[in-house]
Amino acid sequence: MDEPMPLLDLGLNWLDASGEHSGIVLSTRIRLARNLQGHAFGPRARVNDRAAILERVRGAVSRVPHLAGSQVQELGELDRRGVTLLLERRLVSPDLLGEQGSKPLPGSAVVMGGDRGMSVMVNEEDHLRIQTLHSGLDLHESWNQVDALDEEMGRELPYAYHHEFGFLTSCPTNVGTGLRASVLLHLPALVLTKEIGKVLQGLSQVGLTFRGLYGEGSEVVGNFFQLSNQTTLGKSEEDLVDHLDRMVRQVIQYELHARQVLMRDAASVTEDKIWRAYGLLRYARSLSFEELMNLMSGVRLGASLKLLPGLRVYPLNKIMIFTQPAHLEEAAGRDLSPAEGDAHRAAYVRRILSTEGAVTPDEEGPVSPPSDPSG
Amino acid sequence: MLCDNCGSDEAAIHLTQIVDNEMRTLHLCDSCAAAKGVEGSSVPENFPLADFLAQMGGESSPTRGSGGGPTAPCGFCGLTFKEFRESGRVGCPHCWSAFEPQLRALLRRIHGGTHHVGKVYLSPDPSVSEREKRLEGLRKKLHRAVELEDFERAAELRDQIRALEPSSA
Repeated sequence: MDEPMPLLDLGLNWLDASGEHSGIVLSTRIRLARNLQGHAFGPRARVNDRAAILERVRGAVSRVPHLAGSQVQELGELDRRGVTLLLERRLVSPDLLGEQGSKPLPGSAVVMGGDRGMSVMVNEEDHLRIQTLHSGLDLHESWNQVDALDEEMGRELPYAYHHEFGFLTSCPTNVGTGLRASVLLHLPALVLTKEIGKVLQGLSQVGLTFRGLYGEGSEVVGNFFQLSNQTTLGKSEEDLVDHLDRMVRQVIQYELHARQVLMRDAASVTEDKIWRAYGLLRYARSLSFEELMNLMSGVRLGASLKLLPGLRVYPLNKIMIFTQPAHLEEAAGRDLSPAEGDAHRAAYVRRILSTEGAVTPDEEGPVSPPSDPSG
Repeated sequence: MLCDNCGSDEAAIHLTQIVDNEMRTLHLCDSCAAAKGVEGSSVPENFPLADFLAQMGGESSPTRGSGGGPTAPCGFCGLTFKEFRESGRVGCPHCWSAFEPQLRALLRRIHGGTHHVGKVYLSPDPSVSEREKRLEGLRKKLHRAVELEDFERAAELRDQIRALEPSSA
């Protein structure tokens, strides 16, 4: 490695689980899509368009108070691992990276390190994707913040705006406010009690969309769900954010209720599942990322329900980030084969749990007394 | 547990997906998962858009374009309407004017409306008419805030209006 990656400090402000309802809500993200007048965007942008946009953004960044101290990172200057690190930190999207197997297009960049976790992707599908990431449920404050940054940037850069359609975007599903607000939820009890289908159906009927945590697809891993607004036009930003906030709070209530049901009707089975998951994480020598996420779901639930005394959510959040493939390679200082990766992952988890997430035998929770001797 | 697809090999991959608002878990062996291209089987992000675009294709009438012929491509970036329908993306701000009628119909289906009611943008070098439009928007918001008796918001809006109005006696 030539020089230390400063980006290893970035994108982590949400980990501390300091936000509201952070047992169930991992993080809140808001992004605004913006384009500049006078240039093609997305796939139609040519090399000189992208270069011009990036230059204008560089100039604007130096004059925008909320981005003071931030750095402009061109993706083409990073090696494959560096780019993947940013992806794993969720600072950049897969779209910004371009085609799999090829280098990112010139002009693809991300402005990072701004005030309180704000960042801006440059030359993705739209010229600008202004984004903020907070711990827990924090939609209104996130909106205020991203709105303020957007105002500042809009004064420096001429946005493409239409009197009827609002902020113009590459994809019609983003036009108008250009706002996509999402909340990352952990809903293990709703899944275990098989209520999740009904809940998700209800949400999609009120204009919300959901997807699994990892990737663009519909795959659900670790009982994590990303909930976002679908509509971006015809409602004000405040209304969109209010609506999502209200719906998320309802879902939180459903999850809490489902957890109560679990502990009322299946306490010993649930505790056993949770402790087994903890045991595997604590002692396994090899863990695939998928297995880790599934076990983490149980342990996360256990931490939230206070069934694993001493275990806080913060080390679990750290594990989610640092056990991703590029992060493991960065820590090892070299590329890792899949088998090596699984071993390094397990080692990292053992280390974190033994230092920050230890549940000593003395602290093991009270044994739920069986209702009769036959168990 | 055996693979859901071939029923003969041991399932190694358990894929939980959200399909039609329901959660379903598929259990697949390695070869069936590879055959299904599980890695890349993710639903494309513009999935709902693909639906709308397909509908548009069915009823796109050439007469919607000017002069009764097929819609002319965008004068700025050269995007043709066909290319838009295939990709679901426009090419530049001017495409929005070039394909205005079709985009308006599409927006109605996607968002249930076509009018932006969120924050109004004033570009760094606003013309008089742009300033007037923004003022109009702010005045409407002020009126609504007063009707809803949200006096705090009304005061904010009144300040913004005062800041924008040309200083006159």
